[in-house]
Amino acid sequence: MDILRTLRETFLDFDAMGQALPELIRVGLPNTLILALCSAVLGTVAGMLLAISGLSGSRWLRWPARVYTDIFRGLPAAVTILLIGVGLAPLGLAIWGPNPYPLGILALSLIASAYIGEIFRSGIQSVESGQLEAARALGFSRSMGMRLVVIPQGVRRVLPALVNQFISLVKDSSLVYFLGLLAAQRDLFRIGQDQAANTGNESALLLAGLFYLVITVPLTHVVNYIDSRLRSGRRGDGNDGADTGEDALVFAAHTREEL
Amino acid sequence: MSVNALRRSPGPSAQPLAATASSVATRDIHFAFGRNQVLRGVDLEVKGGTAACIIGPSGSGKSTLLRCLNRLLEPDRGEVSIGGKSVMGDDPDVLRQRVGMVFQHFNLFPHRSVVANITLGLRKLRGLSHDEAEATALTQLDRVGLRHKAQVRPGTLSGGQQQRVAIARALAMAPQVMLFDEATSALDPELVKGVLATMADLAGEGMTMLVVTHEMGFARGVADAVHFMDRGQIVESGPPDQLFEAASSRRLQQFLSQVL
Repeated sequence: MDILRTLRETFLDFDAMGQALPELIRVGLPNTLILALCSAVLGTVAGMLLAISGLSGSRWLRWPARVYTDIFRGLPAAVTILLIGVGLAPLGLAIWGPNPYPLGILALSLIASAYIGEIFRSGIQSVESGQLEAARALGFSRSMGMRLVVIPQGVRRVLPALVNQFISLVKDSSLVYFLGLLAAQRDLFRIGQDQAANTGNESALLLAGLFYLVITVPLTHVVNYIDSRLRSGRRGDGNDGADTGEDALVFAAHTREEL
Repeated sequence: MSVNALRRSPGPSAQPLAATASSVATRDIHFAFGRNQVLRGVDLEVKGGTAACIIGPSGSGKSTLLRCLNRLLEPDRGEVSIGGKSVMGDDPDVLRQRVGMVFQHFNLFPHRSVVANITLGLRKLRGLSHDEAEATALTQLDRVGLRHKAQVRPGTLSGGQQQRVAIARALAMAPQVMLFDEATSALDPELVKGVLATMADLAGEGMTMLVVTHEMGFARGVADAVHFMDRGQIVESGPPDQLFEAASSRRLQQFLSQVL
């Protein structure tokens, strides 16, 4: 029974949780959401540019995209965040003042864009070549055909993978604590961790973890929802299209009668 | 009901197409995929307002020839003329707006509704307003008997319906020439007739058509001229009766004995 009590005191110290809760809501949650959202937007935009470069006919676009992707997908997130956040700190100080967020967001975006670029590229490449050919046969240029026909289809196919990437981003945003955060800059993890250190038990950190789940679990359901919708959408050539060429023949027969 | 019976029967929604239909000619077209020489000097003439069928064994270069006509593939040598004028100096994107093409696998845009498939080119390339484009699209859907499917996604249609939408999409751009690349080869047998009937109607309205096909019945019943292609060249050309009844080359005789 001693063990159970120890566990309860470690994880379910409600006083400690209660002390952390206001700050988690007022400071930690907005900060985590700012980090994750900004880098999701920047990472998605940069990822699309990377994907388009990676599929370009020009090697001067293809190769830089390749090298970039290899680097930022291959480095541990902590290494990239420290290299950017600490390494470029003097530059960041000059531009944004003593706020580690811009560089933290930059580092998270660089990492996310490498993954998202690969996600987009695989999606775009999975679109049948006949789609671009049909667009070009109508008179669209290659770039218009890509923009209007190929890329929208490719992106649709990889939406679940994209949302998975956003989930990773929410979790990885906790790594900005490496950059040293002022009290008002602390994210969910840092507040939970600080409170855990003060009280000597992990209850506040567990509460912070619950906040992460509140963000990420709905996102996983978004993935599942999109996935099942995409699947049923593709299964759509069933009953509704049970046409035996009949209406065309009726139509053609009608045509002859009018003669 | 035979396709033959449908010949030259203008539809209720028929617009006068003959006014815009142009002749097509090629001179000495050569094309290679890498080291694989696919076309070895193709000379072809299709009079304005007539339907020409191109038949021949797989790999003889029929589909490649069609793609050279609208310069989806750029010929290595030779010249394509439409309406008596060379198109080799034209902007290929502008040229393709004048030449409609229908594919074996339809290639409709699955993420857009049937009507949006048709209005896309009208709005973005022709600069039509949403309403104008939609009106044109619906007229063309009427022609192929699918106006009632305007709002659905192509994926919910049968193959035959999809191909007729693809024909409507190409026609909406008011092309001077229509190219059909094995338009019925991917269809279930019971859906072939409907698409062929639509194509026969179009020929009846005086569209210039180049039809790559394995449907010998269609070539015989609807085409004004048939061209037999083998190994990258046109081996024999003539009216369908002549080619099917009195083939002069051994290769055509051999081919016909295999497919008929």
